[in-house]
Amino acid sequence: MTTATDAKPLELDDLQHFLLTRTPAMAARYEFLRFPDAARGRAWLSVLLEKVGSAHAVGDQALDARWVTLAFTWNGLRALGVPEAALAHFPAEFRQGMAARAEVLGLTGHNAPEHWKGGLAGDDVHAIVILFARDAAERDRCKAEHATHVAAQGIEVVSDLDLEAIPPFDHAHEHFGYRDRISQPVIAGTGVVPTPGSDAPIQAGEFFLGYLDESGQVPPLPGPEALTRNGSYLAYLRMEEHVGRFREFLAAHGKTPEEQELVAAKLMGRWRSGAPLTLAPTQDDPALGKDKERNNAFDYGTMDPHGYGCPVGSHIRRMNPRDTGENLTRRRMVRRGGTYGPHLPEGQPDDGTERGLAAFVGCASLVRQFEFAMNVWVNDPRFSELENERDPFVGTHDGTFDFVIPKRPIRRKLTGLPAFTTIRGGAYFFLPGLGALRALAANAFAQG
Amino acid sequence: MSGEWKSPAAMAIPKEGYFELKQGRYGPLYPRSPANHGFTIIAPVKPGHEEKVRAYGKTIEDAIKGTPDALAVLQLHYLRWVLFELGGVTYFMYQGIFDTDFDKYTEDAVALFNSLGVTTVFENLVGFPEDWKTNAPAFIDFVRKHQRPSFLEYAEYPYATAKEVKSALALKDAFGKMLDEMQ
Repeated sequence: MTTATDAKPLELDDLQHFLLTRTPAMAARYEFLRFPDAARGRAWLSVLLEKVGSAHAVGDQALDARWVTLAFTWNGLRALGVPEAALAHFPAEFRQGMAARAEVLGLTGHNAPEHWKGGLAGDDVHAIVILFARDAAERDRCKAEHATHVAAQGIEVVSDLDLEAIPPFDHAHEHFGYRDRISQPVIAGTGVVPTPGSDAPIQAGEFFLGYLDESGQVPPLPGPEALTRNGSYLAYLRMEEHVGRFREFLAAHGKTPEEQELVAAKLMGRWRSGAPLTLAPTQDDPALGKDKERNNAFDYGTMDPHGYGCPVGSHIRRMNPRDTGENLTRRRMVRRGGTYGPHLPEGQPDDGTERGLAAFVGCASLVRQFEFAMNVWVNDPRFSELENERDPFVGTHDGTFDFVIPKRPIRRKLTGLPAFTTIRGGAYFFLPGLGALRALAANAFAQG
Repeated sequence: MSGEWKSPAAMAIPKEGYFELKQGRYGPLYPRSPANHGFTIIAPVKPGHEEKVRAYGKTIEDAIKGTPDALAVLQLHYLRWVLFELGGVTYFMYQGIFDTDFDKYTEDAVALFNSLGVTTVFENLVGFPEDWKTNAPAFIDFVRKHQRPSFLEYAEYPYATAKEVKSALALKDAFGKMLDEMQ
């Protein structure tokens, strides 16, 4: 067991690029695969692993047009021939899978696995191929190429999902119109300098196995070193966004467009431009929203302790309580993903087409990081001494929860919040390092 | 605040410690009772370690004297540490009453206990994992295994949180001062 306390450099040649590099992708495709047997799974893997970029390679080759990532469920590792003795060392939550942990995550009611799509609630999904592409044409080219490979090896595609950025294309945002990707943890050892107001770099062991983490230790690896070192866990969520319902809610709670924008901002904690309410409490400031040097430069404890600007129950304040939270360096996660489904232009009625966000969070401990965030920050009605609230966007809503907007002299309480989103599927994956992918393809973990 | 505090209440709890099985991250969730959340951990002390455990009482007293809000994050009402003999074995009983569900904030509590040195008192208990610093699941498992759920809890002012109690006392203080100023 390693117990060194010195941070070692990131093994950029071995780490998959996924959590370390944000690629300039405008389109993506996720394929959820099942291996009929170990031999076919390994044959498929041995070809595809050559296309997976390391953090080093992707960092160097900005001219790439597509980026491939491979990850496996616990059942998938077994299907590839990893022996039971090695599989047993993985943490319980990963072995059980997301569907079995739904109650812990608060994924109940309309968000429960019984309603999930794409075969994600069952045991059939063994692997995911995540393809990010510069544009839809390149995505479609790769899709066709992979279809040929999958057919040749006899691999079953359980389900798939195509993703594309939505207009306007000058900034990342989701279907409700909020600017996205403003706040991400910086991983120590990458050399990235946090923007003003962002956390100091977080030790790599919070995201990758085998590194010093924020406890000051290198935790023991969960299984054979050749399989687990430089690995991470991914939690996948496919979240439908009910755009029509959201716009109706704003219209019902604000008499003027300005009032409606303020309600939208209070729910998120930022204006849709990205400007934080703590810095722009009464009026949107689009220049602030897009300015990375300023749009994260705030705290809550001294600047907004009562939530008169940014409500305590707003999405961004729940998901990162900043200086008012405890032990936060042990809760940080890297987010990746994008939008799927067609853009619904303002003023058009909801067409009933599924649209939303399909995203991953990467971390070193699902139970400590992802499950904590879902259980406490997202779905605990009494989080931060609130009385009866859940995260207005990601929380499981059935019309019985409120949203309080602190205000002088008297607060405003929005009652019976509808579900702006529905979870359509989810899964836990293990994201191995490149050496581990090669070892899996070579059946290096077989017993005897 | 709903006014539930006005009428004293008791709650009898089934043997399992809960009414219906609800899964938390680390095991079954225990219900919030009129006396809020809490735990009672009972474990045998390693032979000859009793005085070491007792000495930690003073350590914690000094820590809180130095940093009165050191445990604020736990939203505690009370902690009670007790040593008792049974069948020639000394047992340590650790009882805490607080406003948060322990399952939710387990790691925060462990991190806090580590930083205050509270965890080291556990090293004197039989069966405590020696690698607890790097093996959080084993630490949590130890706590879970030694937790004895209540079968009755009572509160004179049910469901009031520590924050609400402190707010009420602060208001009383403020009113008292205001009345003094008006003399």
